[in-house]
Amino acid sequence: MVQKLDYLKETPSQTAGPYVHIGLAPGDAGFDIYRHELGRDIAGPDASGTKITVRGVVRDGTGAPVKDVLIETWQADANGVYPSQGSVDPSFRGWGRVIPDFDTGEWAFDTIKPGAVTDQTGTVMAPHINLWLVARGINLGLNTRLYFPDEMAANASDPVLNLIEQPVRRQTLIAEQVEGGYRFDIQLQCPSETVFFDV
Amino acid sequence: MTQLFPRDRAWHPQALDPNYKTSVTRSPTQPLLSLEGTTSELSGPTFGHSDIDPLDNDLLRNFATTGDPVGERILLHGRVLDENARPVPNTLVEIWQANAGGRYRHKKDTYLAAIDPNFGGCGRTLTDDQGYYRFRTVKPGAYPWRNWVSSWRPAHIHVSVFGTSFAQRLITQLYFEGDPLIAKCPIINTIPDPRAIDQLVAALDINASVPFDCLAYKFDIVLRGLRSTYFENRPEGN
Repeated sequence: MVQKLDYLKETPSQTAGPYVHIGLAPGDAGFDIYRHELGRDIAGPDASGTKITVRGVVRDGTGAPVKDVLIETWQADANGVYPSQGSVDPSFRGWGRVIPDFDTGEWAFDTIKPGAVTDQTGTVMAPHINLWLVARGINLGLNTRLYFPDEMAANASDPVLNLIEQPVRRQTLIAEQVEGGYRFDIQLQCPSETVFFDV
Repeated sequence: MTQLFPRDRAWHPQALDPNYKTSVTRSPTQPLLSLEGTTSELSGPTFGHSDIDPLDNDLLRNFATTGDPVGERILLHGRVLDENARPVPNTLVEIWQANAGGRYRHKKDTYLAAIDPNFGGCGRTLTDDQGYYRFRTVKPGAYPWRNWVSSWRPAHIHVSVFGTSFAQRLITQLYFEGDPLIAKCPIINTIPDPRAIDQLVAALDINASVPFDCLAYKFDIVLRGLRSTYFENRPEGN
């Protein structure tokens, strides 16, 4: 026998279920309870940077929209700095909650385009928005990233995109430019399954 | 440089479990891409007392208009810790649940049990500087759901926690000591290790119960631990 390591174990995850909105977005569940629901403003009206709208839908393995998904977003400001790491823009929160239309599964959020992020090691990552998906049937939240189609040079040298072995799968993380902003559809399963991370 | 402990995915539920039917079409089929944490994962949103109100953690009162909600009054309390057993202070804890009859206040829930006019079913709070949190609520009822012809969820409360890093983000469900439905639940049984299931069962806590008012249940939550590399000057300083 050896000595026992006295670490605790992480609490296991469980699905957020179909009624996640009651807890995290009660207005969407159909009732008002809080003075202020959290995650409604990723970037306030006075945040500096280019205002963008991102739209999309999450699809399951049959191609059907996942209408009860809840997505959280986390991003750097226009200068590539995260709020908890020194962003000085008081209008910028960097974090948001996105809820689809329950009939169509289509979602959209407004924000500002993030800048390139320099990691602690000095590595530069292309502008991106981190996404975390929970829903009924998803037992542990799924992490992915949205990159921008108008950042081809930065994307080509992005260390995370380059870790993806199959170049064709890198495309699953790059949004599409559409009128009025960007579109980022997420596929939970093959054939064009979005790359998800074990972070 | 700080890093998170790697997530032990054998301890978590498996993404695909045919007995939990909805997971069949919603579980990724390709391997996840393992990343060392970058600034994007190691940073995370922060919350303060200006974000929430004092009554937000009292589900007996935060939606009530004509009186208290129906059901067994409980105090739910515990600590948020990391895998190093260090408290996680000032972190946002959010909960949601069905009412005592097993009905959710959600426009998509059509179960025949009655809506309680005095119960919303959600609450939120920040942990204190020792990582403690507490809520007052009613014990939720079991309810049926479409999986097998007669599948019933054990009484449970959904719990959402942040920590300090976006990669610590966690949503789970807590169950109640002694519930015979726990062993039968396909959602719980997506977790392969029975010790991990035990970690989701809140213990009846008579010492914290308030005589002639409410029973207490204790539920500690553990988030991923942080480590420093060997060359970090402050090995305990995270």
